[in-house]
Amino acid sequence: MGMFEAILLTVATAATPLLIAAMGELVVERSGVLNLGVEGMMIMGAVAGFGVAQMTGSAWLGMLAAILAGAAFSLLFGFLTLTLVTNQVATGLALTLLGLGASAMIGESFVGLPGVRMQSLNIPFLSDLPVVGKLLFGQDPIFYISILLTIGVTWFLFRTRAGLTLRAVGDNHTSAHALGVRVVRVRYLAVMFGGACAGLAGAQLSLVYVPQWVENMTSGRGWIALALVVFASWRPWRILAGAYLFGAVTIGQLHAQALGIGIPSQFMSSLPYLATIIVLVLISRNKRLTLMNTPTSLGKPFVPDR
Amino acid sequence: MKKLLMALTMAASFAVAGSAHSAEKLKVGFIYIGPPGDFGWTYQHDQGRKEMEKALGDKVETTFLESVPEGADAERSIERLARAGNTLIFTTSFGYMDATIKVAQKFPKVKFEHATGYKTADNVAVYNSRFYEGRYVQGVIAAKMSKAGVAGYIGSFPIPEVVQGINSFMLGAQSVNPNFKVKVIWANSWFDPGKEADAAKALVDQGVDIITQHTDSTAPMQVAAERKIKAFGQASDMIKFGPETQLTSIVDNWGPYYIERAKAVLDGTWKTHNVFHGMHENLVVMAPYTNMPDDVKKLAEETQAKITSGALKPFTGPIKKQDGSEWLKAGETADDKTILSMNFYVAGVDDKLPQ
Repeated sequence: MGMFEAILLTVATAATPLLIAAMGELVVERSGVLNLGVEGMMIMGAVAGFGVAQMTGSAWLGMLAAILAGAAFSLLFGFLTLTLVTNQVATGLALTLLGLGASAMIGESFVGLPGVRMQSLNIPFLSDLPVVGKLLFGQDPIFYISILLTIGVTWFLFRTRAGLTLRAVGDNHTSAHALGVRVVRVRYLAVMFGGACAGLAGAQLSLVYVPQWVENMTSGRGWIALALVVFASWRPWRILAGAYLFGAVTIGQLHAQALGIGIPSQFMSSLPYLATIIVLVLISRNKRLTLMNTPTSLGKPFVPDR
Repeated sequence: MKKLLMALTMAASFAVAGSAHSAEKLKVGFIYIGPPGDFGWTYQHDQGRKEMEKALGDKVETTFLESVPEGADAERSIERLARAGNTLIFTTSFGYMDATIKVAQKFPKVKFEHATGYKTADNVAVYNSRFYEGRYVQGVIAAKMSKAGVAGYIGSFPIPEVVQGINSFMLGAQSVNPNFKVKVIWANSWFDPGKEADAAKALVDQGVDIITQHTDSTAPMQVAAERKIKAFGQASDMIKFGPETQLTSIVDNWGPYYIERAKAVLDGTWKTHNVFHGMHENLVVMAPYTNMPDDVKKLAEETQAKITSGALKPFTGPIKKQDGSEWLKAGETADDKTILSMNFYVAGVDDKLPQ
C-alpha cells in the first residue's frame, strides 16, 4: 500500500463521522429547527454502539443500536422544543451536556474493554486494484453509507415532494401551516433523522475510527459538524467537500509534522479549522444563492393556531 | 422568607462543619484534567485516590472534579473544592499551576498539592515524577527492537515534562544505536482518541515501526496493534489494548504519595515541599517487559536497575543540543532546575521544537 493511498484512507476515516453528523443536522436545520445537541447524540450513539457490539459480538447490531439510541435521544429534544416549545439553543446545549454525562455513566463498565471492529469490505480482485482498490472497494461499511447518505439527502431535499415540504416548513412555517402541512410532525421526523445520523456517526467512532469506549471520545466532533452545516450554507455537497477538506488538512498537518517541517505545531493544529472556514466562506460568496438556501424559520418556535 | 432561607443555609453549613469536625474526617479534593475512565493519566491519579481511601478508611473523605480545562475554569473548580470544606486539594495537571497558587492565597488554611509544576507557597506543595527515567528505558528497548531505526513519538504540548521525555527517550536509544531517529507529532491535546489514532497512523505510514506516546488515551496502542508494529503504553498498563504490541508502559504510581501526604495533614506534620520522585521512590513503575526477546528484556531490566540505584542518570554528558552546541560535558549531570525547565531538544531528534 503506497503512502498516498494510506493517507487517503485515513482522511476518509477522519471525514466520515463529520459528514454523517452534519448531513443529519442539515436536514434538521432545513426544517427550521436548530439542534445544538449533535455532540450529545453522537456520544450516545458511540456508547450504545460499543456496548451492544461488545455484548453481542456483532458490529452491525452495534451500529443499529447506535442509530436507534441517537434517534431516541433526539426525541427528548423534539418533545421539549416542538411540543413544549422551549428555547432551542438552550435545549440543544442541555442535550449535549446530558449526553456527555449520561454516556459516561452508561459506559463506565465498558472502559478498558477491547472493542469490536467493523470489518472492512473485501471484494476479491477489486479490493486489490492498485491505488483506487482499497479506497473504492476496501473500506468499512459506514464509509459507503455516508456517501449514499449524501446522494440520498440531496435527492430527497431537491427532487421529492416530501423534501419540498420539509424545506417549505423551514422557510416559512406559518405559510406551510396555512397550506395544511403538519409542521410539528415534519419537524419531529427531521429531528429524529438528525438524531439517527448523529448516532451513526458516533458508531463510526467507537466501531471503526477507534474501536474502544472512553468518556468524551467525540472530543468536539459534533461541534465541528454543526459548524460545517452553516459554513456549507445548508447544501449537501458542500458539506461533503467541507468534511473531506477538514479531514485532509487534519491528516496533512500530522504528516507535515512527522516530516519535521519546522512550522509551529500550534499553528498546524488550527489549520484544519482555518482552511475549512476560508474555503467554505469563499464558495458561499454569492449572497443571493446563500440567502436562498438559508432556512428562514431556523430556530424560531412554532405553535399551531389550530 | 429570604432571611429565613439565609438562616437555614447558615445553620446547615454550621451543622456540616460541626459534624466534619467531630468525626475528625479529612476532606480531600482532586482536580482531574480528563475523565477517570481515560485509562491513562487521570485513571492513575484516580487509582491513587482510591488507594488512599482504602488505606486510611473513614479518616478521609474524597471528592473529585473531572475533565476540568486548564484555564479560567480551573480556578473556579479549585475554589469550589476549597469552599466545600476540603482541606487538602490535589491539582493534577501542569496547567493548573497559576490557578492553584491564586486560590491558595485566598484559602491560607487549606493545603494544596500541585502535580508537575514548579511554583510553591506556604500552603502549596509541588510533587513531580521523573517519568523521563522510564522513557530512557523505553529508548533502549526501541533501539533494540526497531528494524527501521525510527520511532514515532506522539506529544501533547511542548512543555518541559514532555520535552524531557523525548530527550531521554532519544538518549536511551542513542546509547544502543547512535544513528537512531525519532519523529515527533504534536497532537496539541492531552486527550483526543481520534486525533491520537490519526497521528499514530501518519507515523506508521511514514515508516516508523515503534510508537510511543505522551498523550492519555489508548488509541495509539490500538493503531499499533492493528498495523502489527510495537508500542509503549502511557501512564497505565495498556496491555489489554495490545497484548502482542505493548513492550512496556510507564505506570504512574501515585497512591503511596497520596497516602503519605494525607497522613501528614492528619497528624499535623504537613509542610510545603517540591519533590521530584522517580524509580528510586517507586513512583515511576514499569509494566512487565513483554513481546521482546530475552536479551532485550535483560538489557531493559539492567537499565532500570541502574537508574533505580542512581548509578545511571539519563541526563549525563557528553550531550549535545539539537543545534550542535554543547549542553553537558563528559561526566556532567543536569541539575533538577535545568531538567524542570527543559525547552530544547538533544541532538538527533527529527523535529523542530515549537516555542
